[in-house]
Amino acid sequence: MLDVLQNLGRVTLGFFQRLGRGHLFLLQIFATIPGVLLRPRLVLTQLYAVGVLTLLIILVSGLFVGMVMGLQGYNTLVDFGAEDSLGVMVALSLVRELGPVVAALLFAGRAGSALTAEIGLMKATEQLSGMEMMAVDPIQRVVAPRFLAAFISLPLLAVIFSAIGVYGGYFVGVDLLGVDDGAFWAQMQDKVDLRGDVYNGVIKSVVFGFVAGWIALFEGYDAVPTAAGVSRATTRTVVHTSLAVLGLDFVLTALMFGE
Amino acid sequence: MNNRTVEIGVGLFVALGIAALFMLAMQVSNLGTFVSADDSYLLEAGFENIGGLKVRSPVTVSGVRVGRVAAIDYDDEAFEAVVTLRIKSSYDGFPEDTSASIFTAGLLGEQYIALEPGGSMDNLADGDRLQLTQSALVMEQIIGQFLYSTSAAKSGE
Amino acid sequence: MTEPVVQIRGLQFAHGERMIFDGIDLDIAPGRVTAIMGPSGTGKTTLLKLIGGQLRPLSGSIRVYGEEVTQLSRKGLYQLRKCMGMLFQSGALLTDINVFENVAYPMREHTRLPKALIRDLVLMKLQAVGLRGASTLMPSELSGGMARRVALARAIALDPSMVMYDEPFTGQDPISMGILVKLIRELNDALGMTSIVVSHDVRETAAIADYIYLLSQGKVIEHGKPEALRDSSLEWSRQFLEGRPDGPAAFHYPAPDFRDDLLRGGQSK
Repeated sequence: MLDVLQNLGRVTLGFFQRLGRGHLFLLQIFATIPGVLLRPRLVLTQLYAVGVLTLLIILVSGLFVGMVMGLQGYNTLVDFGAEDSLGVMVALSLVRELGPVVAALLFAGRAGSALTAEIGLMKATEQLSGMEMMAVDPIQRVVAPRFLAAFISLPLLAVIFSAIGVYGGYFVGVDLLGVDDGAFWAQMQDKVDLRGDVYNGVIKSVVFGFVAGWIALFEGYDAVPTAAGVSRATTRTVVHTSLAVLGLDFVLTALMFGE
Repeated sequence: MNNRTVEIGVGLFVALGIAALFMLAMQVSNLGTFVSADDSYLLEAGFENIGGLKVRSPVTVSGVRVGRVAAIDYDDEAFEAVVTLRIKSSYDGFPEDTSASIFTAGLLGEQYIALEPGGSMDNLADGDRLQLTQSALVMEQIIGQFLYSTSAAKSGE
Repeated sequence: MTEPVVQIRGLQFAHGERMIFDGIDLDIAPGRVTAIMGPSGTGKTTLLKLIGGQLRPLSGSIRVYGEEVTQLSRKGLYQLRKCMGMLFQSGALLTDINVFENVAYPMREHTRLPKALIRDLVLMKLQAVGLRGASTLMPSELSGGMARRVALARAIALDPSMVMYDEPFTGQDPISMGILVKLIRELNDALGMTSIVVSHDVRETAAIADYIYLLSQGKVIEHGKPEALRDSSLEWSRQFLEGRPDGPAAFHYPAPDFRDDLLRGGQSK
């Protein structure tokens, strides 16, 4: 019984310790950002690694998600004779939810895990220590540029996902299933609100980018510097980012669309 | 990795992102059909009951959209709803005795305002009030009237 | 005697529950090669990290060039580190840039030298370690010995006045080892640096060290010139320096009596 309590206490303390370390880590990143902005090339290189290399999976997934939405939506709406509303359905689901959320989940799997593994291995091979001893702050040179890159990339990726998804839905709905072209766009434009839907979707993805970058980098920086430690950290990145994104999505949705 | 590849890649990525945002704004959302305050004028109309009419609901003439509902207020002296309509300036030739009705698109669709031009020689100007209005049909009232009239008919037999 | 470069007094450091240093006093004289030796697991690398300010001790003082490392702010620490070079056991080269860029890295970070000058300096440093020809290779293409030499070139890139070597000879073939021994001694004499070598390779270390500290179980067991330690009166020092398997430092990790352990059979724990 005492053992259980002891363990419980240790786990709880460990949790709070990590939580605290994570936030201190974030503050350290913030402190170095002005210095990073003076050297945009560092961010540029990371934008390539984090954003451009994730683009392909986002484009393909966006297209297919849009196409599936078109197909499923049509089958449901046609029963009510409301297939003209297909455009609204596809666009609203993508812009409000699927774009930001699915892009963030894919981002965690493609870019977040890579970030964690990279930082974790740099730690395991003493590269971070080496930088410190060269009087170079690894948070500024290694972590902060990657954080900024994630923060900038994810909103862009989410918008691209939504846009290509709408075209995927258009392709299936209009080209294959024969929904009226004009009705598809007109209904969509009628019901999708720039501020209420598009902007809120972008705000979501900005928050997700922040969280995904933070978790991935913290897990890497805090990883146990061994092969097993880095692999555990990588798994944790994907799991924690996914949970955080889905949880935050609910909170943000409630705040934005709950009225 | 080649610097050039990185720069071109990032450039394309950002351009694609901005293009996608632009597409969502113009093509998907209502920004493209938005009536700006610059090229529009306002009309007012009082209704006894506006039903499910909302701000941004469409305003049509003969089925053609000419504007949107800009604001909905309640006038506590006349005890009626005051709806402000924002009409595109290109449609500025409505006669003074134009009437406004609240209709429903389809059986369960959204509600919109239909304008019906009258025969007057004078045209409406910015800020004018439509005199002839017809309120929204509220489903409960219709059903209530229908039930009442059938039961009255039965008892009258 | 001149002022020591590094002066450690009453240093205590613990890793979790385990006490690693329990009251260490140590002086590093300028311009010399000082070796810190001891069995593996005595925390020799930890000592270097403490000197470099990457770890903070429980108590005690560490003065480097008269600055109290334990009290320094982050900024002061980074300032101080610019005059320290450190050669990591693994080399710690940045794996995504090539040899040339690795050596150029500290120069680009800390100086505003023109490109051409940086190039000349990097080639000079690489020439010093005999790897000028390898400047375009990636770290993954280097052998262990070469990687360590590149790391050495990087460690001396900013002409530090003090270089710390963490196990420079471990896992090297005899030739690379010979090269490293020669390099450390030559760099120390030619550039007038202070060198701290952490190692348990007795023969090589004794060959280049001017002064040796022997550490074991969190204490300085003995210190002195290599020749003096060889004729030490302490049994432990002689065991370590001659590499005998058993002696005061027991062959066995502390354990219950062997016969009891065997007889207990499957019922253990």
